[in-house]
Amino acid sequence: MDMLTQWIGWLPNLAPGLLVSLQLTGLSLLFGFPLGLLFAVMAAAKFAPLQWISFFFVEIGRGLPALVLLYLMYFSLPDAGITLTSLTTAIIALTWNTGAYASEYFRAGLAAVPLGQKEAALTSGLRGWTGFRLVILPQALRISTPPLAGLAVLVFQGSALAFVIAVPELMSKGFEIASITFEYLSVYLLTAVIYGSITLAFLGLVQVLERRLGRHLQRN
Amino acid sequence: MIMELLPAIARGAGLTLYVTGASLLFGGIIGLLLVGAVRSPIAIVRAIATLYINMVRVIPPITWLFLIYFGLPQYALRLSTIQAAIIGFSIIASAFMAEIYRSGLLSIPDGQREAAHALGLSAVTTVGHIITPQAFRVALPAIATYGIGLLKDSALASTIGVREITYYAQQSAKQTHEGLLSFIVAGALYIIISLIVALVARQVDLTLRRKIGVA
Repeated sequence: MDMLTQWIGWLPNLAPGLLVSLQLTGLSLLFGFPLGLLFAVMAAAKFAPLQWISFFFVEIGRGLPALVLLYLMYFSLPDAGITLTSLTTAIIALTWNTGAYASEYFRAGLAAVPLGQKEAALTSGLRGWTGFRLVILPQALRISTPPLAGLAVLVFQGSALAFVIAVPELMSKGFEIASITFEYLSVYLLTAVIYGSITLAFLGLVQVLERRLGRHLQRN
Repeated sequence: MIMELLPAIARGAGLTLYVTGASLLFGGIIGLLLVGAVRSPIAIVRAIATLYINMVRVIPPITWLFLIYFGLPQYALRLSTIQAAIIGFSIIASAFMAEIYRSGLLSIPDGQREAAHALGLSAVTTVGHIITPQAFRVALPAIATYGIGLLKDSALASTIGVREITYYAQQSAKQTHEGLLSFIVAGALYIIISLIVALVARQVDLTLRRKIGVA
């Protein structure tokens, strides 16, 4: 009971941190997913330099630990004369990370669309971008949705890393409270509960979404 | 400059490997128990194991580390940074390893178990000599991939002060003001280690594939 009253007292302090966490996650996903799709399309391009650029960014974004990517941005951008807030830096690093992982899922999704679909689009007179947008992409997106949802959860958890470059998100707020009250266990349990319940709520939502996207398959 | 940075940062590689390896080992063992529990005939055991796996996966790794390193000493369980990191990552790895084992087991056709039964093999022999070798073969690529993921996650241990690659890179960045170079070196080290692990895993996979000969 004691812990519960503590928790209620801390919630007003943690709430702004949670908002920053959600903002960081949301923006990283918002920029990261299209970036990933771009990388995936570039990887399949006929023009070789585009493939190399895609390979370079994807392999670095996936190969480096997110934490190292974050530090890399944080320490190197100011040297290049670019000074950004720590939140913006974190968004850039997480976007890169997200884009790199997402590109693999998009690539798998695009590859899973049968070739016949592309040929059918061509015979229907839907060439190039139009055929890609109307025929291939919707099917690829449905295939990529479950892994992308899993990635979104990982990005939300990854947003906690921004703590190390002093972004005022949930973990930093928790750390702040813990250093003042010395109630480490209680504070971190509360943050764990918050992270956990938001993740669970999100996963529930994804299940509903997946069922909707697969509706046309269940009917026949 | 890079000649000075490289040895300064590479001395963290030992602890990075140690934390990753130990966590993968302990996580792998706990994962075995977990997957047994998930498939147990007793409903309550199943429920607890499933709850544990889900709970581990919805809480960020950094929160786990802080809970263990900063939270536990409040109740007189004082751990060193390395112990805390290994415990934290073992807990996380166990949940993921359990899932990997589960998919490995699911890929073994029922016919194998039935054939073993028809040959009069006991349940223990069936699991030990028929199911596990095949399931392990199927699960190995996933285990290697997860191991590489864990290697990268182990960078988090620097936040509680484990002196591994990221920790030293951060120190070099602060001391020399060569932030970009320090973390490029650290990143390169992670990529090199990942590549070596991936190559070894592929070799082992090929060897096993030839030896066991399942699809």
